[in-house]
Amino acid sequence: MYTRPLEISSLSKVFETPAGRFTAIKDFNARIAPDEFVALLGHSGCGKSTVLAIVAGLQEATLGGVIIDGTEISGPGLDRALVFQSPSLLPWMSALDNVLLAVRQSHPKLPLSAQRDLAVRYLNLVGAGEYMRQMPAELSQGTQQRVAIARAFSQEPRFLLLDEPFGMLDSMTRADLQDLLLRLWRQSPKTVLLVTHDVDEALYLCDRIILMTDGPEARVGMDLRVTLARPRSRQGLLDDPEYFRLRGVVFKYLELHSRQFRKEAA
Amino acid sequence: MKSRLVAMSYSLVGVLLVCGVWALLSSVVAPDLPSPLKTWEESRLYILSPWEKRGEMDQGILRMAAYSLVRVAKGFLLAIMIGAPLGFLLGSSPVFHRMFDPTIQVLRPISPLAWLPLGLILFRQSEPAALFTIALCSMWPTVINTASGVRSIPQDYLNVARVLRLSRWKKFTNVWLPATLPYLFTGFRLSLGIAWLVIVAAEMLTGTPGVGGFLWQEYNSLIYSHILLCILTIGIVGFVLDRLMGMAEARLRSV
Repeated sequence: MYTRPLEISSLSKVFETPAGRFTAIKDFNARIAPDEFVALLGHSGCGKSTVLAIVAGLQEATLGGVIIDGTEISGPGLDRALVFQSPSLLPWMSALDNVLLAVRQSHPKLPLSAQRDLAVRYLNLVGAGEYMRQMPAELSQGTQQRVAIARAFSQEPRFLLLDEPFGMLDSMTRADLQDLLLRLWRQSPKTVLLVTHDVDEALYLCDRIILMTDGPEARVGMDLRVTLARPRSRQGLLDDPEYFRLRGVVFKYLELHSRQFRKEAA
Repeated sequence: MKSRLVAMSYSLVGVLLVCGVWALLSSVVAPDLPSPLKTWEESRLYILSPWEKRGEMDQGILRMAAYSLVRVAKGFLLAIMIGAPLGFLLGSSPVFHRMFDPTIQVLRPISPLAWLPLGLILFRQSEPAALFTIALCSMWPTVINTASGVRSIPQDYLNVARVLRLSRWKKFTNVWLPATLPYLFTGFRLSLGIAWLVIVAAEMLTGTPGVGGFLWQEYNSLIYSHILLCILTIGIVGFVLDRLMGMAEARLRSV
């Protein structure tokens, strides 16, 4: 399997705005090992989604870049699947056709029936099999996001990039989908980069949390290994002193940085 | 059911009131304006045998309207065949937009009466000149609506297309076209409205059979009641066309 890490190397992003140059990200460095589950955590507006968009190839870095297997990426690729905050299913296609569109792109050589089987299999895996003939507008937010997750996994990508994928869901649905994501990731391991501002989500899901400093000129502020045994359960974490220690570390970091941020703004 | 009856009776009262004002105007202020009764008397033949052909410019009113509709349909098809692709180009390429938007804004308000002579010079025949005029006047709403539809495709959908690395053609059929379809149809509806407006001008000047041509001929023959007949016909046909397009549009939105 893959042995070389995904490298984000000296990444900077400058936006040209009417008010002048705005350096959102400056000298951001990170290495993500194969099949590692990493969260990118920070205050909203710190630029974590921009880092993800650059890794996805949707935006270009001003300086530095993203290296996969020794080659710098240029633009999006089917090796990197994306789940956005909003489900962003195409509303004029059924759930099945949305997934099928991704399967056809990622598995162009498979015969049509096999492509269909693959799409149906992933829809069943996320628990949306019974809704596959329905249009996105007929589905709940949670089910739409399930379909979006099925679309991403059906690509059978090497990297999974998640941009606050559960941000718009109620807490019950969010917990369900977090468990679903963990299950899928255990079944077919891949490198995951999850952008979130939910500390508990990051601790429950991830191997490592990269904490970003507040922008402008955001970079890596802290690289925290989540030393909690897997498989994890929500109940089990509540009895684990290590969980509370890590939680304390993250919250202290975030509080300190938001205080600094406010001081600078004042 | 009852409220519908009430609404319909209100409409009827409105029509009767307008006819009353019309009758009053013709008897008191404008003696040259035929009264509603006189209009009916002199138009009966055309309305009661609407499909009869007695001569080149002496045909039942439905037959005349049909000639006009066929002409409008041709001009309208020409307009959307040129207008929709132009709108897609304009909406998708900022460079193209900057290049041609000023020209379009200048061409848009030009009256059919101004285009027609140019068409006659270019084609030397009345029929192509009429189609040229209809197409040129009616294509702008399709161009502009299509362009704004393309520009308002949500970024999320465009990102999906990029992440999945859809080819140009797949991007067009899977994302662009379905996303702009409602805008496209609004453009078509407005374009058809204009195409119907233009028909009268086109037929008046080219003297071809149709409601517009008939109207102009009867003006020259001093049969003023037939002018009113034509005006009413144009109004009713235009109304029906708009309703039909509206229904098609509503169906499309509900899909």
